[in-house]
Amino acid sequence: MFRLERRSTPSSTMSIVSPLLAAIGMLVTGFLLFSALGKDPLEAFYLFFIKPLSSTYGIGELLLKATPLLLCGLGLALGFRANVWNIGAEGQLTMGAIAGGGVALWFGDSDSSFAMPLMLLAGVLGGMAWAAIPAFLRTRFNTNEILVTLMLVYIAQLMLSWLVHGPWRDPQGQNYPQSQGFGDAQTMSVLIDGTRVTWGIVYALGLALVAWVFSQKTFAGFRMQVAGLAPAAAAYAGFSEKRNIWIALMLCGATAGLAGICEVAGPIGRLQQQISPGYGFAAIIVAWIGRLHPIGVVFGALLMSLLYLGGESAQMGMGLPSAITGLFQGLLLFYLLAADLFISFRLKRVTSAIEPPASKPVASLKAVS
Amino acid sequence: MDQLGFADLKPRLVLTGITKRYPSVVANDDVSLSVRPGEIHAVLGENGAGKSTLMKMIYGVTKPDAGTIMWNGQYETITAPSQARRMGIGMVFQHFSLFETLTVWENIALALDEPVPTVKLAAQITEVSEKYGLPIDPYRLVHSMSVGERQRVEIVRCLLQEPKLLIMDEPTSVLTPQAVLILFKTLRRLASEGCSILYISHKLDEIRALCDTATVLRGGRVSGDAIPRNETNESLARLMIGGELAECHLIPRQAEEVRLDVKHLTLESPDPFGTSLKDISLQVRSGEILGIAGVSGNGQKELMTALSGERLSDGSMIKLFEQPVGNLNPAKRRLLGLTFVPEERLGRGAVPPMSLALNALLTGARKGMVLNGMIHPAVMRTFSKNVIERFKVKCGDEQSVASSLSGGNLQKFIVGRETMLQPKMMIVAQPTWGVDVGAAQLIRQALIDLRDQGVALLVISEELDELFTISDRIAVLAAGRLSPSIKPAETSIEQIGTWMSGKFGNKTDEGQASPNLQLETADVQT
Amino acid sequence: MNPLVPMIASTVVASTPLIYAALGETIVERSGVLNLGIEGMMLIGAVAGFAATRSSGSDTVGFLAAAAAGVALSLVFGFLTLNLQTNQVATGLALTLFGIGLSAFVGHDLAGLPVARLEPIKIPGLTGIPVLGDLLFHYDIMVYLSVALFLGVQWFLTKSRSGLTLRAIGESPAVAHAIGKSVLTTRYLAVMFGGATAGIAGAYLSLVQTPMWVEGMSAGKGWIALALVVFGTWKPARVVVGAYLFGGVTQFQLFAQGFGLPIPTEFLSMLPYAATVIVLVIICRDPKTILLNQPASLGRSFHSAT
Repeated sequence: MFRLERRSTPSSTMSIVSPLLAAIGMLVTGFLLFSALGKDPLEAFYLFFIKPLSSTYGIGELLLKATPLLLCGLGLALGFRANVWNIGAEGQLTMGAIAGGGVALWFGDSDSSFAMPLMLLAGVLGGMAWAAIPAFLRTRFNTNEILVTLMLVYIAQLMLSWLVHGPWRDPQGQNYPQSQGFGDAQTMSVLIDGTRVTWGIVYALGLALVAWVFSQKTFAGFRMQVAGLAPAAAAYAGFSEKRNIWIALMLCGATAGLAGICEVAGPIGRLQQQISPGYGFAAIIVAWIGRLHPIGVVFGALLMSLLYLGGESAQMGMGLPSAITGLFQGLLLFYLLAADLFISFRLKRVTSAIEPPASKPVASLKAVS
Repeated sequence: MDQLGFADLKPRLVLTGITKRYPSVVANDDVSLSVRPGEIHAVLGENGAGKSTLMKMIYGVTKPDAGTIMWNGQYETITAPSQARRMGIGMVFQHFSLFETLTVWENIALALDEPVPTVKLAAQITEVSEKYGLPIDPYRLVHSMSVGERQRVEIVRCLLQEPKLLIMDEPTSVLTPQAVLILFKTLRRLASEGCSILYISHKLDEIRALCDTATVLRGGRVSGDAIPRNETNESLARLMIGGELAECHLIPRQAEEVRLDVKHLTLESPDPFGTSLKDISLQVRSGEILGIAGVSGNGQKELMTALSGERLSDGSMIKLFEQPVGNLNPAKRRLLGLTFVPEERLGRGAVPPMSLALNALLTGARKGMVLNGMIHPAVMRTFSKNVIERFKVKCGDEQSVASSLSGGNLQKFIVGRETMLQPKMMIVAQPTWGVDVGAAQLIRQALIDLRDQGVALLVISEELDELFTISDRIAVLAAGRLSPSIKPAETSIEQIGTWMSGKFGNKTDEGQASPNLQLETADVQT
Repeated sequence: MNPLVPMIASTVVASTPLIYAALGETIVERSGVLNLGIEGMMLIGAVAGFAATRSSGSDTVGFLAAAAAGVALSLVFGFLTLNLQTNQVATGLALTLFGIGLSAFVGHDLAGLPVARLEPIKIPGLTGIPVLGDLLFHYDIMVYLSVALFLGVQWFLTKSRSGLTLRAIGESPAVAHAIGKSVLTTRYLAVMFGGATAGIAGAYLSLVQTPMWVEGMSAGKGWIALALVVFGTWKPARVVVGAYLFGGVTQFQLFAQGFGLPIPTEFLSMLPYAATVIVLVIICRDPKTILLNQPASLGRSFHSAT
């Protein structure tokens, strides 16, 4: 029989090994799943993991999808480390898209070189404004941010729906729920020929570096980490809980908002009903795989991006429903959480119970005189 | 010599060669003892000697790695508390197993194996509690009860199952001196009815007053057996710690300017189960130690957080170095020269998964560890190395994580860190709780040294002996009210005990007499 | 025909899945476990119930299958959080993501297909009463069972011995363990109960309310159920009241269209979500409310270290 025994110090080896274990677990389950569905698992694996990467365009798509995942993931990782549970990055992303997209539509077909910077700024501010709501409600009214950020996702998506069905609908769009296409100066230009990669990935990687410096080297990053690990110690040290919450949510909102505008100003090129296949939620998994560390988040974003591409590829090549991506994402997180166990605990063999001796000696009595 | 009526009786419980190993320490090493019916047997040792671990094995919470347990002449393997209870063993833990949001009868019902109708159970509780001199109301919610009353619930819960062996783990740390006497009466009555009692403690006076026999543990081993009545505190201490109990000594000195001035501090507790502070006034001067006595639950937490800044207060009720600081948070109060050592080490005084070096950053930022918002790891490491060296903290090195240190060593680190911030005023809560004698000695001396250098100190502690040793003046916190302060030499443990019930005069420090304030005993945590 | 009657009737129907899910989560949280995966379990229940009813022709089989599916998913959650001590918030989120993905995957070919709807019952003598009959006695059996569920949960928590044990474990699993209670078993049973009710709630959507299978058809009702537990301060009676209020809010869209209010339909759809936020703010404002009512060990892992 085995027993779980808490380690005296968390194992840093397992910290890095467990995402790999999780990925393997997910792959094995996938293997079994494909077999059960009567599909050739090896072909499915090829379609899922190899084919998407087999061309320059494919690599470009990998980077393209990794951009919003990385941006959102960085903000979320910082927030989770500080015990701020922002589940609504998807909503902040949507609001960033709306704000930035609104600026793009206002510029219309103009050639102005102010358009793009203003759009990006609007995207960031839009996301921050949406994240300011849960920040305000938590610091002023003690309202837990998990449900608030989530509800705001639905509201943001409904807002977008209203805009593209109503006031911002393209008059020449044959009644499709989408806005006019953004003008040339309002669309992010392609960075690498033969792909759809834009500057977004550069921003994202740059931010990853900034996030790393922030969390490891600055006192502000230290304060947020303490707030997440031991809130009573943060209070004892005089670290303002309110300030930490605002910083965490504002950073999340900013990065998610930037992700949103990069999506609609990049590959999508307009505002429409569906602008994200759940990047904001997938980013939660990305943050977790990345161990809440900026460098880890980069790898997590690439892995998650591959899962998205794989899902599309399997859909086209084998007729599997696109929902298979969501399935794998959930599986990955499950396995990751399970594998994380070994960071804090180790397995120990339980020694057998003490047996009384076969013979019964006279009971010893400590003579008290 | 044989006034002990049970001397001829066969032993009820015999432990032989009990050994228990944990990853980092051998908690019990070849421990043997025996207890007869009607015998009050002390298990004596300092913090960390292995007393609690031993009791856990008798009660079935843990299993020994080696050794045997014999009960009424039969070998037994005790695998769970329920089995221990069925055998007739009851245990009153140091940290109570009670549910605060439930009533007394609900708490007791949960512990019973067979369901009993509520009314019948309530009647039983009333009957048994009154019979043994510990009356309690079965319908009261536990959170409304004082710590002493909660202990009664624990004891009554055991008594209802008619135990043959009752284990009491450090029962008097939560009791006033008067309540201790009541407890002793109860225990003696039980013993006279044939119940065996295992009494775990490190308080030598109590053991000598109450117990018939004693087993002394030191470092997990039995260092000796004794009859407490025939021993002195010194001889028992020698068995307990293997040497002499070094005494701390306060050289009287003239206190200087007032550094902490609290006037009419009234603050409601944010915890619905907490104690609000009512009209508290006190002063602490440079070069003196003011000790605040009182059983936990009388407002200590609330006072500490109000003084440290973790809880803000209005106006000028609190003045540090003549400045009103009510609206300043802990970091800002530290800038003025206040440091404080909290009651909870892991989780409040230190961040458990972080290294000692990073934990130095928790309060030491202004000592050059942070410049322009960036952390300077070298300064951090040097500071923590100094603390470790000066305060003899046993650890790997400054990169060891806080949670890997023993309680005593972590406390030494925290006290050391706060000391090396060169404070002008320091507040300490429960400085030596759960700390071994050696570390306790070092910590108390460190506090006295600070006082000698002119620092003003406020020490909140449950250990009256400690306060009498290191305080220039003592006051009592009872039900959120503070007694006037008095020199230890001018008072006694009995008087302090009375004050703990709330019966103190309303004299303020400026010497204005007012009519005696007779507080309701029910109001006060005794 | 009095327009009020169908409005109230549709409110009751809209509230019923919330009642099932929220009462189940109340029991789960009273035991100290926070399961954020209700949305995922509801969707799994919806698709399982739908598929089972289609293949068997019986709604009863459908609801049973839905409950079983919910239980199965909740067992994964239980194993991770109770045995492996994983973070309850993250695991609940994983459960939701997995449930959304799995239900979409399984239900891929079922979208848009018809199913035998669970019809409202007719009680001889009572259903025929004008107005009152339609208001009280003309619902499907699951509505009445939800009332029975409420009574059962209420009795369990306040009067039964095992309910007392559950409450104790929710306050302090360490103490409960010390006095010999099996924290793991009780919490597992609670989590499974929550899974079953969430599954049934989902099946109610796909078999009664809509009735149809659509990907993601719960549209956040699982999250609203979580908010209802907080709104009801973990007391079943208040949770049920909240469920009916929220049911009313979700139906407001139809009422507004019925009254010809010129508000865009998207804004009306935002109402339940905005209402959830407002309700949470009101309840959480006074920290003492949470301190006095929230089970003290909620969300924290329990490791019976020896």
